[in-house]
Order: sequence, then structure tokens, then C-alpha cells
Amino acid sequence: MEQETNEFRFVEKPEVVEVETDLLLMGGGMAGAGAAFEACRWANPKNLKVVMVDKAAVERSGAVAQGLSAINTYIGENDLDDYVRYVRGDLMGITREDLVYDLGRHVDDSVHLFEEWGLPIWKKDDEGHSMDGHQARDAGTALLKDGGTPVRSGKWQIMINGESYKAIVGEVAKKALETNKEATGMEENLYERVFCTRLLLDANEENRVAGAIGFSVRENKVYVFKANAILNGSGGAVNVFRPRSVGEGMGRAWFPVWNSGSGYAMGAQAGAEMTLMENRFVPMRFKDGYGPVGAWFLFFKAKATNGLGEDYCEKHADMIHEEFAPYDNPMGTCLRNHAAMIEMADGNGPIIMHTDKAMQALAESMDEKQIKHLEAEAWEDFLDMTIAQAGLWAAENVEPDKVPSELMPSEPYLLGSHAGCAGFWVSGPGDIEGAPDEWSWGYNRMSTVKGLFMAGDVVGASGHKFSSGSHAEGRIAGKAMVAFCLDNADYTPTFKESVDELVAEMYLPMEIHGKHKAYTTAPENIDVNPNYIRPRMLQFRLMKIMDEYVGGVSTQYKTSKSLLEEGLRKLDVLKEDSKHLAAQDLHELLRCWENYHRIWAAEAHARHILFREESRYPGYYYRGDFPGIDDENWKCFTNSKVNPETGEWDVKKVDYVQLVAAPAPA
Amino acid sequence: MPSFVMTEKCDGCKGQEKTACMYICPHDLMVLDTERMKAHNQEPEQCWECYNCVKICPQQAIEVRAYADFAPLGAAVIPLRGSDSIMWTVKFRNGNLKRYKFPIRLTEEGSVDPYAGTPEPNFDDVKKPGFFNMPIS
Repeated sequence: MEQETNEFRFVEKPEVVEVETDLLLMGGGMAGAGAAFEACRWANPKNLKVVMVDKAAVERSGAVAQGLSAINTYIGENDLDDYVRYVRGDLMGITREDLVYDLGRHVDDSVHLFEEWGLPIWKKDDEGHSMDGHQARDAGTALLKDGGTPVRSGKWQIMINGESYKAIVGEVAKKALETNKEATGMEENLYERVFCTRLLLDANEENRVAGAIGFSVRENKVYVFKANAILNGSGGAVNVFRPRSVGEGMGRAWFPVWNSGSGYAMGAQAGAEMTLMENRFVPMRFKDGYGPVGAWFLFFKAKATNGLGEDYCEKHADMIHEEFAPYDNPMGTCLRNHAAMIEMADGNGPIIMHTDKAMQALAESMDEKQIKHLEAEAWEDFLDMTIAQAGLWAAENVEPDKVPSELMPSEPYLLGSHAGCAGFWVSGPGDIEGAPDEWSWGYNRMSTVKGLFMAGDVVGASGHKFSSGSHAEGRIAGKAMVAFCLDNADYTPTFKESVDELVAEMYLPMEIHGKHKAYTTAPENIDVNPNYIRPRMLQFRLMKIMDEYVGGVSTQYKTSKSLLEEGLRKLDVLKEDSKHLAAQDLHELLRCWENYHRIWAAEAHARHILFREESRYPGYYYRGDFPGIDDENWKCFTNSKVNPETGEWDVKKVDYVQLVAAPAPA
Repeated sequence: MPSFVMTEKCDGCKGQEKTACMYICPHDLMVLDTERMKAHNQEPEQCWECYNCVKICPQQAIEVRAYADFAPLGAAVIPLRGSDSIMWTVKFRNGNLKRYKFPIRLTEEGSVDPYAGTPEPNFDDVKKPGFFNMPIS
């Protein structure tokens, strides 16, 4: 097809606003909010400017936008080394233990602050019964920081009344930004509804980030941010793979549908090194609504079985021990999936969660009031964080104390904060005993691109941070960014690329639509036009390629060298066609760029799976040509980098080093 | 549609500074038709059913009709979000009703002073682990 160019003949040229700052925080989710809180405190007395940009409203943006029913990382009374062991075990032995340990020693302070800021946290009374956040307050129970006892739903998890979790954390982040605005005299330092499409590299210094460019989804304005240090906190990648529901239910992904892989794409394009991008997360959740099961397993002690009533983990325990020891003790998330997937492939589905038996068993030792309380807790688990699951149970007349419910492994997601670890290779804290020198290059959580920091989902090889850990990691990065800015105080950003060309590229889909829309008779809602592709169809094409070639649900998560190579060829053509994306308005322009970012995240994932010649994460994905784990050859990190000049990918092995000893045999 | 707006109740937030549902939607789905002064969800298959538009609507004009490609008709989950707690009404397809009230916060919205009672940062520690309020030596 003929190459399209944007002469701004069919779309009005946007106003270009230049914003100069010291720190730029890209993304206002948990990581960005944490960074704002910590960084502003350090930045204010030094007159350093802190600017945040978010594609949505900070009050309800990011993965916690809906709320949560638990905080999954609170170390509390536990041993930090055990936290490292748990994360390492669940991620099949390969993790950056310096990052995990560092996260663990910081995370509780964020949780304590959440409570002080107003997040209701469940507590135990003297008899060991649970109280919600209001009851605990009214009973005069101590705050967590003063020794209050949380209600643990697992070793690391605590229960909360978290409907307003993000609203509270976001409120504090916005106020912190306000203090910086006052301290530095900036007119504005929070840009909501602005979507960043690209990071910009420095013209004079090799491998140095200098800024970012984005557009307003509300008005005809482009923002060019010039910054000394930039935090990439822009979340994971969802709907890269074809989801199980392809109608309206496409939006009901387990992870937020707005996580468009933008952080992966922008970092990769800037040349930042990635690690373990083959990793993915496939959560086993209540079917279709993807409501949380953690509390049901951990708190209500519910059991899951196959359709024949057999405990599938028990059934396959011996085989899993034989094939995957030592990763079977305790059995990691992906191995539990693996056992269920064998049953599903054998026609022994559906997988059933016996909520009814669990609640009946608990009711035996409780009076009617306590049972009512328990039932409310079960519903709150959904209503705090996956309201759609409550809606689905209501639509299907499911009362969990009377009937069991079906579970299903979801489509794959890319993320680094939950039970996954796909992301960028970042500098560690540098003070952890035994960590190789090359794991730290001066500034905690800085990527291999100078000035570009990472936090939350986009940090690789350091999973199981969850919401609290992402906040704490944002704070770690925010503080390091201040140190970086103080050390690089005379830096002046100069862009390698021309802003005019970048603006033309950004708005090209609007120009293309304007130019060609009258070519066919089709009305807007059934647009068929040979001159362009709309972002919705581009996304369907991406999801189909990933599903069929890169181990999605339709191949039961299986792929191979030949499938991956074919998939990568199709992704290349899709990238070519992305230059013919068309957008009728700013909202659709947002979708164009989000889906362009998804292609980059998808490509990184496919290339890494191709490189790693083993099946490290059974239950998340399988290499049909290399089944099983090969510790001898592949107990290592897999790191990749794109050359920003040529676009070439380079993938290599990096040694894994264990820092925390395995526990002594019992 | 996942979230939908009831024509009779929506007033386009004409008395407000901005359209509440447009302001809050994390995925930029809500859009105001300025001729009719009515909002709607422009991409129902991109809706996560996070209910933020439902909770924020000052007219209570927004509800959710569950995903039609897997959910039977006839149920509804309706929140009423107050200043310190939220009330939920869960209407089952068979007519059963459940009502729950859960805490949402312990402080008044907008009342938090982020740095009140916290120490000034010590720049000797800026390259060490720990936070401004929690040094780790």
C-alpha cells in the first residue's frame, strides 16, 4: 500500500504545549501515586518540579480503579527472607531477589499510610473474630502501625474494605502534587486525560531519555514534556490475546481492560532492556465474571475439584512432584493451573469451586448472626473489586452457600506486579548481600536507559508486589529520581527527533480517516474501506494472531517454534498495517495508539517465548517442542533489547543468582 | 451495554462544572451528546463494569446491564455510595434481593494532609534505602 503522510489537510493541526519539568511521572496508578507522594516531599525543598500525566482521572485510574478487597503484600510479623522464597517459588525459581527483598523491606510503610489516610482495614478482636474497618475503629482497635492485628486471608494478604482504595491513595497523590506546584510556582503539574505515545531520546547523549509526547483525548492539544528523569508506571497489557468472551464481555478481562501495554511499548522503543517477557499470568477465576477466588481458597477454605469431584491438585501431585520439584512445594500458581488444564483437556471439566460446602462447614461452628456476617464478607469480596461477578451470580441465581460455581483459566495477560514478572531490567538497590555488581547501576529502579525509571507492572523479574508493593516501588523510584536529578542538575533535554514530525505521526490516523472516509457508501458504524483499518479491527487481528500462534486459549496455551515464527511474520505485517490506522475522533485516536502499543508488548512476548527453549511456566504456557523445565540450560533470565535506530531485537541469557538460601529441610 | 444511561434521568450534568461520568471513566467510554445533553457509553464491549460512572452520577441515571454474551437478563446490582460507606442492592433474576452496607473510608473525603506529622527529608539518606519518613540504616 502507498505510504500515508500527514500534511494536516483533513485534520486540524493541534496546539502544541511544551511542559518543562525535572521529574515526569507517566501514569497515575498505584506506582505513580506512590512516586508522587515520596518524590514531592524530597523535591519541594530543592525546588525540583514534579509533573504527573495520566490517560484517565487519578481518582480512579490504573489497576485499582474499581477497588480491592485485600492488600496482598503486607509483611507484618513475617520473615523477609520467607517473602523472597515465596515470590521465587511461585515464579518457578527465577526472580531478581534483590528487587523482591528491597520491595519487602519497604512495603509495610505504604500500608500503614493507607490506613492513616482512611483506608478501612479489617482487624481481629480479642476473641479472634474479624471486624470490618468501621467496627475496628469504633472498638478503639489499634492501627496496624501501632500493633493492631489484621485479618489475614493468607500468609501475606490482609482483608480491607477497599471500595475507595484508589480514591484515597489518589487524593493524597494529587495533594502531594499540589504542594510541589506551590513550592516551585508551576502553573499546572497534573495532566489528566493526556495519553503518552512515545518517549523521546536525547540528541546529544546516547541512551538518555529526554522527554515524552502525548495528546489530550479531550481537546485538540499535544503535550511535549521535557524532563530530566521519567517514571514509566503505565501498567500491564490486557486484550493482547483473544479473550474467552468476544462480544460485550470482551471488556470483562480479569486485569483492567485499559492496560494497553503502553509502558512495555514505550520503554522497548526507547531501547530499555526487558527481562522475562515470556512470562505471563493466566488467573484461574470464577468463569466469565473473573471474580476473585483468593479469599474463597484462603479465607473460606473452599476446595476446587474437576467435574468428577476429584481434587485435581491432589490427583496430579505425584506427577507434578516428579516433573517439577522443587517448584511443587508449595505448588506454585502456574502448577495448580497446570493440574486443572490437564483435567480440562481430558474432558473432565468443568472445574468447580465448592463455595457451598465451604460455607456450610464454617456455619457448623457459627451462630446465625455470624453466618450472616460471613455471607456479607463473601459478597463484599466481589462488590469491592469485581462487581460484574456479583451481577453474574445474581443473573444466574447463584447463592454461593447453596450451589458451587465454575472456575476457568482466563486468557493470558502481561504484567509484573501480580503473579507474573514480565517487564524491564532495572537497577537494584545495591546494598543487598550477594547481589552481583552489575545488578545495580546507581539509581534504584532505573532502567538501562539513563533517566528512565520503572515501577509497578513494568518492572520485570519481581512479581507479587500487588497494589501495596506497586505503591512502595513507586516511592522507591520517586526518591531515586530526585537523587538522579540532583546529580544531573545541569542537564538540558534536547530531542533527537523533530516535534513537528512526531505530531504529524501522532495525528496521522485522523488525517487518513478524513482523507478516505467518503470513498465508500458505508455509514460510520459499519465502516468498510480498503484504504484503512480501524483500531477495533486491528485489535481483533492482533488478538487472533496471539491466540492462535502464541499460546492463547484456543490452543490450550500451547505453541512451538514453527507457530511462533509464523505468528511473528503476521505481527510484522500487522505493524506495517498499523501505519494505515484510521480514527474519526480523539477517542478513536486513543484506541489507535493503545493498540499500536499492544502490538509491541505482543511482539516482545512472542520473541521471548521463542528464545526460551523450555516450558518454564506450565499452566501459563507450553512449548510443545520443549515440554518440561530444563534447569540445566534455562535457569536464567532472558533479556532483550530493541535497537532504537534499526528496530532490531537482541535476546540473550543473563545469569540467575540466588541470594536467599532455600529453607532447611523440615 | 454494560453501563447504560437512563434517558429520563440524565441531565448532562448541565448544572455541574463537568460531566461526572466522562470525568471518571478510566477507559474514556462515557461521552456527552451536547445536542441532547445526554451521556452514553460509546464502546460497551470495552466496559470493565467498574461502576465508577454508576457511583459518581449525581442523578443516579446510570446502571449496568450485565454482559449480554454470557449473562442472563433480569438481574441488577445497584450501589449508593455515601461519604463513609456504600450500600449495595443485589437483585437476582428470580426476584430475590440482598442488601449490604460496607465501609469505604475512615476519613472525610478531601481531608487528608499528606505530610502532616511527618519528618522533613534528610538528604544524607537520599541514596540509601528507606523513605523520607522511614529511614533504613
